[in-house]
Amino acid sequence: MNTSPARLGGIAATRGQPGGVTPQDYRLLDGAGAKALEAGLVNGPWYRCQVARPTLKALMQRSDARALRDTALWFALIIGSGVLAFMLRDSLWAIPAFIVYGALYGGSSDSRWHESGHGTAFRTRWMNEVLYQIASFMVMRRPTVWRWSHARHHSDTLVTGRDPEIAVQRPPSLVTLLLNLFAIKSSVDVLRQVVANAFGHVDPEEASFIPESERAKVVWEGRAWLAVYGAVAAACVASGSIWPALFIGLPSFYGAWLYVFFGLPQHAALPENVLDHRLNCRTIYMNPLFRFLYWNMNYHLEHHMFPMVPFHALPRLHDEIRQDCPPAYASCWAAYKEMFPAILRQRRDPSHHIVRPLPSASAPSISGVSA
Amino acid sequence: MSNWIDVCALDDIDDEDVMRFDHAGKTYAVYRVGEAVYATDGLCTHEQVHLCDGLVMDHVIECPKHNGRFDIRTGKALGAPACIHLATHPAKVEGGRICIAC
Repeated sequence: MNTSPARLGGIAATRGQPGGVTPQDYRLLDGAGAKALEAGLVNGPWYRCQVARPTLKALMQRSDARALRDTALWFALIIGSGVLAFMLRDSLWAIPAFIVYGALYGGSSDSRWHESGHGTAFRTRWMNEVLYQIASFMVMRRPTVWRWSHARHHSDTLVTGRDPEIAVQRPPSLVTLLLNLFAIKSSVDVLRQVVANAFGHVDPEEASFIPESERAKVVWEGRAWLAVYGAVAAACVASGSIWPALFIGLPSFYGAWLYVFFGLPQHAALPENVLDHRLNCRTIYMNPLFRFLYWNMNYHLEHHMFPMVPFHALPRLHDEIRQDCPPAYASCWAAYKEMFPAILRQRRDPSHHIVRPLPSASAPSISGVSA
Repeated sequence: MSNWIDVCALDDIDDEDVMRFDHAGKTYAVYRVGEAVYATDGLCTHEQVHLCDGLVMDHVIECPKHNGRFDIRTGKALGAPACIHLATHPAKVEGGRICIAC
């Protein structure tokens, strides 16, 4: 999931839970990481569907053309909706314009952050880097911290005490989930960390997955972000209005709901501590508009199993491996209909999770330290 | 210089592709780009993933797990999460066979 460590769900309680999963287990320092290492779950032998090398090689091929087209369209839509919102500023019609602007800026930036972070959006490396820095700011994820956090998420997906990106930690907190629809709780942590980074401090938990050689970048990015936020604040003061912040900064909050809507079903309510992405990732069929906004990350199982395959080739990869996978969800509704009751149940029974049906000939490679 | 070890025929590796080669308890990645061949250690320096499942593009190997990238000619790590350079090994084509020096 591409949401904040801490992050969408999860509570800060310290008591033990009936299902054997405790909030402390998720801590990267002194959590369940040692137990996971002992159980062979760290950087483990993940199940991989068989794909012939020539087919996989063809699927992995990069292209600038598709991402250039989509990125140009994306920025055109952002600028267009922003101009519209500004022109309608004296009318209530500004509200829907801002909803669209926020969803594009603060919501769909999640998928751009993600794909460019993997280096699979464009063939040309510097283009990935430019988009990564811009989208990271828009979705409020510190670029270097999240690059490393996401690498860990791919090594140890949903392994407790190892994966910093478990979005709905057990027992789930509905209050936290609701607050983070508008990045209210997650952003407090981000802003605190940005200030700390700007002053040269890197959180010890984050330092556990960021190599020493990369930490200077964290500090400089924190300073750059503070400079931008400072400039926006100065523009607000100078103009005597909140308008500048409505266009830069605040969309990360009021547009966050879109990435929560798309991103929550990636892993929520699926089992922790299994080395099989067919069991802990969801692939959901989505309409073309959603797939544009989400850059095909609805093929999440496929992405986790083969992270080198770019977004535009994921539907083809899905066709290659679908016989060896659980059935994809027919729609977001189908995914939420199954997921949400399970999240509610996890509040009482943290050990509860959804078991995805595997084709009869297959079996997960390793499972469970505590799930 | 170490001994040259026979790996495979040149045509056993497609153009812009990579193959795993294990020898004397070590694993290597052997690459072909056009008529040129290269060899590096077989595991990514980031998290020890086999590079033979990765993608070769313009003299760059990309790790299949976290997309870390290395220049296959020099072993240079080209960006996070690959931060430590990859060891390279001499490679040549002789009589249509690829040989590397381990």
